[in-house]
Amino acid sequence: MRRVYVNEEWCLGCHLCEYYCAFANSNEKDMAKALKNVTIHPRIQLEEGNNINFAVSCRHCEEPLCVKGCITGALSIKDGVITADTNKCIGCYTCILCCPYGAISPGEHGVIQKCELCTNNIKGTPHCVVGCPNSAIVFEER
Amino acid sequence: MGINYLYPEYEVVRNMDRCINCRVCERQCANEVHSFDEERKIMCSDDALCVNCHRCVSLCPTRALKIVKTDHTFKENANWSGRAITEIYKQAESGGVLLSSMGNPNNYPVYFDKILINASQVTNPSIDPLREPMETKVFLGSKPKKIERDKDGKLINNLSAGVELAMPIMFSAMSYGSISYNAHESLARAAQEAGILYNTGEGGLHKDFYQYGSNTIVQVASGRFGVHKDYLEAGAAIEIKMGQGAKPGIGGHLPGAKIVGDISKTRMVPEGSDAISPAPHHDIYSIEDLRQLVYSLKEATDYKKPVIVKIAAVHNVAAIASGIARSGADIIAIDGFRGGTGAAPTRIRDNVGIPIELALASVDQRLRDEGIRDNVSIVIGGSIRNSGDIVKAIALGADAVYIGTAALIALGCHLCRSCHLGKCNWGIATQRPELVKRLNPNVGYQRLVNLVRAWNHEIKEMMGGMGINSIESLKGNRLMLRGLGLNEKELQILGIKHGGE
Amino acid sequence: MLKEGEIRIPSGCAISGIFSKSGKRISGESIIKSIATMHDRSNGLGGGFAAYGIYPEYKDYYAFHIFYDGNISKKECEEFLERHFDIINLSKIPTRKTPGITDVPLIWRYFVTPLPTKLNESQLDEKEFVARCVMKINTKINGAYVFSSGKNMGVFKAVGYPEDVGEFYRLSEYEGYSWTAHGRYPTNTPGWWGGAHPFALLDYSVVHNGEISSYDANRRSIEMYGYKCTLQTDTEVITYIIDYLNRKIGLNLEEISAVVAAPFWQVIDRMPKEEKEKYTYLRSAFASLLITGPFSILVGFDGGMMALNDRLKLRSMVVGEKDDMVYMASEECAIRVIEQNLDKVWSPQGGEAVIVTLNGGAK
Repeated sequence: MRRVYVNEEWCLGCHLCEYYCAFANSNEKDMAKALKNVTIHPRIQLEEGNNINFAVSCRHCEEPLCVKGCITGALSIKDGVITADTNKCIGCYTCILCCPYGAISPGEHGVIQKCELCTNNIKGTPHCVVGCPNSAIVFEER
Repeated sequence: MGINYLYPEYEVVRNMDRCINCRVCERQCANEVHSFDEERKIMCSDDALCVNCHRCVSLCPTRALKIVKTDHTFKENANWSGRAITEIYKQAESGGVLLSSMGNPNNYPVYFDKILINASQVTNPSIDPLREPMETKVFLGSKPKKIERDKDGKLINNLSAGVELAMPIMFSAMSYGSISYNAHESLARAAQEAGILYNTGEGGLHKDFYQYGSNTIVQVASGRFGVHKDYLEAGAAIEIKMGQGAKPGIGGHLPGAKIVGDISKTRMVPEGSDAISPAPHHDIYSIEDLRQLVYSLKEATDYKKPVIVKIAAVHNVAAIASGIARSGADIIAIDGFRGGTGAAPTRIRDNVGIPIELALASVDQRLRDEGIRDNVSIVIGGSIRNSGDIVKAIALGADAVYIGTAALIALGCHLCRSCHLGKCNWGIATQRPELVKRLNPNVGYQRLVNLVRAWNHEIKEMMGGMGINSIESLKGNRLMLRGLGLNEKELQILGIKHGGE
Repeated sequence: MLKEGEIRIPSGCAISGIFSKSGKRISGESIIKSIATMHDRSNGLGGGFAAYGIYPEYKDYYAFHIFYDGNISKKECEEFLERHFDIINLSKIPTRKTPGITDVPLIWRYFVTPLPTKLNESQLDEKEFVARCVMKINTKINGAYVFSSGKNMGVFKAVGYPEDVGEFYRLSEYEGYSWTAHGRYPTNTPGWWGGAHPFALLDYSVVHNGEISSYDANRRSIEMYGYKCTLQTDTEVITYIIDYLNRKIGLNLEEISAVVAAPFWQVIDRMPKEEKEKYTYLRSAFASLLITGPFSILVGFDGGMMALNDRLKLRSMVVGEKDDMVYMASEECAIRVIEQNLDKVWSPQGGEAVIVTLNGGAK
């Protein structure tokens, strides 16, 4: 199954992946309209350090701890992608505590949000990959 | 300073409706032009620091930025241009030599744009490159004066060492130091993939690149940086750099800002000090000295590698080329006055040298007049911008071309001409690791391969149109060219007729 | 308008050739008949013939055929000849008044041999000496043009249809073992007879149908070796290339074909090792003498004839054989009109040379 991988060798710490993620999940057609005066909460987040940068998003683990910990069954695996059913999510944040990568974060309206490989927005294919200016983020099978 | 003599040349124009405060411009500008104002929650820019490299423009996800030429003007003056005036202000302040990067930007004639190509019709059919073989393979090297047969009468291969190129294009010399490690890796890998050669420039060959040796030309310049036996053995050819089109008469110049780490080690120059190569080779003060060096290099490499001599296009280039053709060199590389550079004194870059079109035409004709054209192959550089230029260059007499600036543009260069500052935002002309990272060789080499392959295809299309299916038959074929708007003398030197004749 | 030599005139044409492997000499009637069949391939602005074996009584002497604009040129040229050669015989070339052949210049024929003292002084071999003298006359003496300079062979050419030219020169009265003919369709009006084809130097004569795209690249190369292309025709440069590669470099005709009509790299790459090396060497060493663009040539030389097409076979060429006679022409009809029943008839492939020699085979 193809996943999003970040080659930290090439990550520049430019944060563009975060903005492209926010744009993709806004389901708007124009980025300026989508993100003007908006504080973004992207599902991929950049970790910056001394000359090493790395963007972190959901690893879509084969044995996900978050799914195990979800008390309502909102988190499930669909074709390998860990998806969140926001109707079932009650905002208990157990998954956020469980995830060893910190890939889940609070979203809108009290429920959680996470990378779902853009399978549930108008882009269809991971948009952080499209937006990375240095081809550091790739979508491939490993 | 209380008085601002220098008004910013460029202004950053930001469309506030489209700016989403993503701050990528701030993060990516090495000149610190952009900043985020926390209080007013908007992005601001300091035009004075902008060099017009377009990094912010290219990365802005909503295309909210553009760079415009300032409309702050001096009174109109055909003689004292704004530029002429500001250069005096700079020198009055610093007392220094003005330094510039890349090629001569001034308004001198571009002869390639005044030459037109032929096509076959009626009396001679044009050839379809998609359906018929169209050959652009080139062999560079010296041609034999006579044949030899063995005792059975079979021909003996008495060709001296040469190189084979899949297409008549090579990457020009750009030193490791003036450009980054990643840029060199992109060039080396692209040369290997495309079946052509790239040139180390005078900065030596990094040990990581010895693996691409069969696609490398190793350069021996006046500073002799990094020249030792393994270096010479590593390449497919050796180039003696006598001059460079952008700065004829003077040696290479690497500003101290770029002499760091690996560069300092490879060149053996202390960190931070300028590396200025000597003007002449101090063991070549005359043509016979050159012959001596050519043969020393051949002896050192067992006559297995062709020797290239690179010269700048100056007034007596034909006579110099004639001397070189008799010195044992296999290939002559001529660099025209539009050639690029990492750093050169502005006055020399803008005023010294002649256009490559004229130099090529006169060298090719002179060598033929003396009957020695087959002693050498001719490679030219100095602003080859597209495949049309290449076809015209070959028809004027070149065997192949060198591309420098064009290759860098393929890698992302926007010709902001600030290489000498060492803060290239595209990761090309810098040694700062955080900037060098921006040039991903996996992407870079592919872009270079795309460029040369696209040009090769266009060359084939133009050749087919002329009814030629092997590039050897285009070489020196001046009847395939016509000039437009050129005077008698120019036509005579180029050796072509005027359109309509 | 600029005359031939001052401007390059592309043209279409007709060619034909007859060769007797046993050396049997036949009259010029057959070749005239052959080329006349292809009348529509010409437009009456040029025709010519080359014949071998026609001067058996003078076979050790060079037969110079020369055009003169007038008596002054003739005088100057003869003075030059006397200084360099022993003139054994000289006369006006026998001609017959023919409608269709007008503006006739003075045409003289000389049988000469180099003056021994002059030859020794020059330290050249005999052929080089003769070639240089011919080129000197053609470039330096105004109004004089040597258009044939071989031993026991001659070129006969004029502005007009080839059958009229044959009639004019009374070719039916000559007998030779090898004949080639050419009819021309130029896209300009040459006024000058020297520009007609065939082109000859020493005993090489070339008739050619085609227009080579590589002309200027070839010309600028061959001129480095002492040749001067005064006519700006393809045929001239092709003849010089063959003379250079054969006489000065020492390649045989097959090797010459591998240079001028070299196979494509993709073909060479598939050859067995030894062959591949040979073809790669020939193509690299003599790269600037590769000829691209349509051409079909008949090369006559002392004792043989070669037919060669360009690699893409953009011009027609048919070869026919009967007993010891070999026929080569632009069209089969030109062969059938002189020999109805052929043992063998075929079209050679592009780049494949057909070489016939006295008592050798056709290859």
